[in-house]
Amino acid sequence: MRKDKYANRKYIVYGFFVFVGIIFLIRIFYLQLYSDEYAFAAENNTLRNVVIYPPRGLVYDRKGKLIVYNEAVFDLMIIPGQAKSIDKIAMSNLLQIDTTEYNKRFAKARKYSSRKASIFEKQLSKKKTAFLQEKLFKFPGFFVQARTLRKYPYANAAHLLGFVGEVNQRDLKKDKFYVAGDYIGKSGIEKFYEKSLRGQKGVQKLMVDVYNREKGAFHNGKFDVEAVNGKSLHTGLDIQLQAYGEKLMQNKIGAIVAIEPSTGEIIAMVSSPSYDPNLLVGRVRSKNYTRLLRNPLKPLISRAVISSYPPGSTFKLAQALIAEQEGVLFPSTHYVCHDGFTYKGLHVGCHHHKPSIDLEESIEISCNAYFCNVYRSIIDNPKFSSAEMGFRQWRKYIMNMGFGRKFGIDLPYEGKGNIPTPEYYDKYYHRGHWNAITTISLAIGQGEILETPLQLANQAAFIANEGFYYTPHIVAMVGDSGLRNAKFAEKHYVGIDKKYFRPVINGMERVVENGTAKLAQIDSVIVCGKTGTAQNPHGKNHSVFIAFAPRENPQIAIAVFVENSGYGGTWAAPIASLMIERHLKGHIPQKRKWLEKRMLEGNLIPKNEK
Amino acid sequence: MRNNRLVWRDLDWVMISIYLLMMFFGWLNIYSAVYNPDNHALFNFSLRYGKQMIWIGAAIIIALGILLIDPKFFNQFAYLIYGIHLLSLVFVLLFGKEVAGSKSWFQIGSLAIQPAEFVKYATALALAHYLSQLDVKVNNIKTTIIAGIIILIPAALILLQNDTGSALVYVSFIFVLYRRGLSGNIFVIGFVFVFLAILALLLQSIAQKLILLGILFLILSVLYYFMRRNISNALKLLAVFVVLSGFVFSVDYAFSKLQAHQQVRIKVLLNMEQDLHGAGYNVYQSKIAIGSGGFKGKGYLQGTQTKFKFVPEQSTDFIFCTVGEEWGFLGSAAVIILFVFLLIRIIQVAERQRSTFAQIYGYGVASILFFHFTINIGMVLGLIPVIGIPLPFFSYGGSSLWAFTILLFIFIRQDAERMKLL
Ligand SMILES: [Zn+2]
Repeated sequence: MRKDKYANRKYIVYGFFVFVGIIFLIRIFYLQLYSDEYAFAAENNTLRNVVIYPPRGLVYDRKGKLIVYNEAVFDLMIIPGQAKSIDKIAMSNLLQIDTTEYNKRFAKARKYSSRKASIFEKQLSKKKTAFLQEKLFKFPGFFVQARTLRKYPYANAAHLLGFVGEVNQRDLKKDKFYVAGDYIGKSGIEKFYEKSLRGQKGVQKLMVDVYNREKGAFHNGKFDVEAVNGKSLHTGLDIQLQAYGEKLMQNKIGAIVAIEPSTGEIIAMVSSPSYDPNLLVGRVRSKNYTRLLRNPLKPLISRAVISSYPPGSTFKLAQALIAEQEGVLFPSTHYVCHDGFTYKGLHVGCHHHKPSIDLEESIEISCNAYFCNVYRSIIDNPKFSSAEMGFRQWRKYIMNMGFGRKFGIDLPYEGKGNIPTPEYYDKYYHRGHWNAITTISLAIGQGEILETPLQLANQAAFIANEGFYYTPHIVAMVGDSGLRNAKFAEKHYVGIDKKYFRPVINGMERVVENGTAKLAQIDSVIVCGKTGTAQNPHGKNHSVFIAFAPRENPQIAIAVFVENSGYGGTWAAPIASLMIERHLKGHIPQKRKWLEKRMLEGNLIPKNEK
Repeated sequence: MRNNRLVWRDLDWVMISIYLLMMFFGWLNIYSAVYNPDNHALFNFSLRYGKQMIWIGAAIIIALGILLIDPKFFNQFAYLIYGIHLLSLVFVLLFGKEVAGSKSWFQIGSLAIQPAEFVKYATALALAHYLSQLDVKVNNIKTTIIAGIIILIPAALILLQNDTGSALVYVSFIFVLYRRGLSGNIFVIGFVFVFLAILALLLQSIAQKLILLGILFLILSVLYYFMRRNISNALKLLAVFVVLSGFVFSVDYAFSKLQAHQQVRIKVLLNMEQDLHGAGYNVYQSKIAIGSGGFKGKGYLQGTQTKFKFVPEQSTDFIFCTVGEEWGFLGSAAVIILFVFLLIRIIQVAERQRSTFAQIYGYGVASILFFHFTINIGMVLGLIPVIGIPLPFFSYGGSSLWAFTILLFIFIRQDAERMKLL
């Protein structure tokens, strides 16, 4: 090997190693043997992490009324590892349980963890809490933790608000924020806005001596984490209108959705039958929940956003708009109807009326034949090479209007409804073997087509706006920043030019003026509406009504569905008009009290379901 | 007679014993860090100590495998091995899995591999191969630059993965270069810059910084007084002053370009900020845990601070704090001394090599281990900012354990051959 003139440098390298080693030795000498600051911090005392639960965010309605708030309750907690040599009998007596129950609860807590706290007794009353707290020094390992429960001053809007319940195993696995016994939003906006509502837990580190006595904050609270309150939700809901809607729908199955067209805010959303949200709070929750779950009328289902129905004649409005935009329908277009539409042995019935009518008249009297022809003119438009192409074009418009898909409303579950695809008909009739006639029931909103009440209300809203809508939503503002939720501020255009809305709206005005929904008339307010009847193969038809009002500068767009009630004009239209009147005027005038009474007293629940 | 058969007698059993001892002691501490009195089974492979047992078993198999390979292989194929590992870094950047902000893992089934860990030994091989060529001396510019490139390419790729800690490790190769002739001034310069950077951070106002520059100017003037006073030296010192002034004023800017958590970690260390819930909390809790260990420690499995999970990353980067709490001053001093002893042993063995390649590689091994040892324990003891790199042979984790095993055993294998080289 060559002579290495740098060989001595190894000593410098040794020097580095030894130097760092000595620095470390001095440091551990200082930490472990010299300074008692650090040793003291860990000596003898155990630390208890007391979790500070922030109050969950409050919920307000559009007029600033508080509709959800919190009430403090107390849980008795146990840390099994610290709860040794306890007088079990004394503790059992305090809680008024027997020792078997005590042992059972202790075993359960022990199984979860011996070092982490579990709930021993839930939701103690204030009196009991005060009483217990005095005795607790005798029971090391036990302590009281404050939490809050939800309260609903108005017993309404249960489906929207949703409820809060204890986290399950899945929640625990998915989000490390939660520990067993924590509460989480389970449905409604409580679930959707969980992250905003829950706030941030705080931690208070307390020193506790072996006798379970708190010796004060650890390091003067230097390591505590302050809890951050949950954010408030400001909804567009009018809780009084909501309550009124629920009352109108009592003893009926169905839904009401009312939207403010200029914002997309949901003013009221009724799913009937409903329930009192206070039933699903606290200790009574699981019992009531099971009861509601077993109810054959399914009160837990949020029909307004999930259930879908054939839209019936309300769908004709969409057909007219599409045909106009496609240039195959004009206000002056006349079609002839002799008690219906007949084509090569196929017959779609209609009621008796004057034979030749134009667009506005066709909406006013809801002529089936007219819209069968309109639908044919869209699908069989000669500019398309096939009926399939025409259908695809039609379907594009329909989807653009928000049918057959989710809006992305701020609720955890939302129905899509159903708009059949060309592939669906290909499967049924084989490709090229279907056309406008085969699918003619779509023309009048029957057949495979299904819509949710929310989609129907949105139809009324985009007609009111003459061509666009905002994503329907419950919560206008999260927190108190004053900033509206930007996600819902975007205008969605439905692809129909503004000018084509005029004849349709004229027709809707005539529906209420002297057409199929005269019961929906309101003094000094122009209501534009459209009735519908959804065929029900299992019994009496469902009645449908959509409307908006007033005609100029619309304040409210609404859809009402009443199951098993027959024609749209008899139940759905009056209920909608009462909601509109209440919203616009704040009260129902004497003149219409009789109608209100009839609606309130009507019982349309089929006998066999009671 | 020259053959490639491994002679067990020729193996350096001192290094091997320390290696096994460290792994075993590391495992004991991981067991304690994860230990939960509610639920303990020795062979629970879903928990970290169970997995670490598997990693250790695999590490020993890897070590045996390396001992059976022809030692010349590593010298001959050094560049190829280096290239393959660089490719793995590129692949992980493209296809890797992102964990906690760093894209540095390959997920193969249930096994997560961190390629960056393995690149260290590959770089040490490539550097040793390059520097051991006959005409290469690290006292000219060209050699320094090529060696620098070999070191900096992997460092840069790792930096792109957002893994600053692992990238910093490559600084340690300075020791290798130094041993091969790089001027020792590099340490002085490095020290001056780190010192100035800290001062510049602490002195927040412009006025304070100007005072610092004034003092600097004074020192340089004094220096000039003692040097040969001519134009050339004056200009040199002036240039130094200009560079240092520029540095002092650019520190704040460079600092602001660091990621937020890195800024906080540095500020915490310099006592400029208290962050008792983030980085500061870890370090504070770590100090409490170690401090509470006292002289003899609380006894195995008896640590209270660690059981409360006060110290995050207990089984990985903060494993030394379990040692401190449960084994006290005796245990922690033993670990520190054992590390220093291992490092010195590696250099001793490196110095007895006849093959320049083996010698340089040995310095690479020592440098990497030394850097990890310094940064990791320095961090746990609150002496340097929190930089997440593992303590060799101790910390939980398959990739790092295997990579350190490969690193060390290639060297042990080279050493076993020293008698056969003439
Ligand atoms: Zn007709």
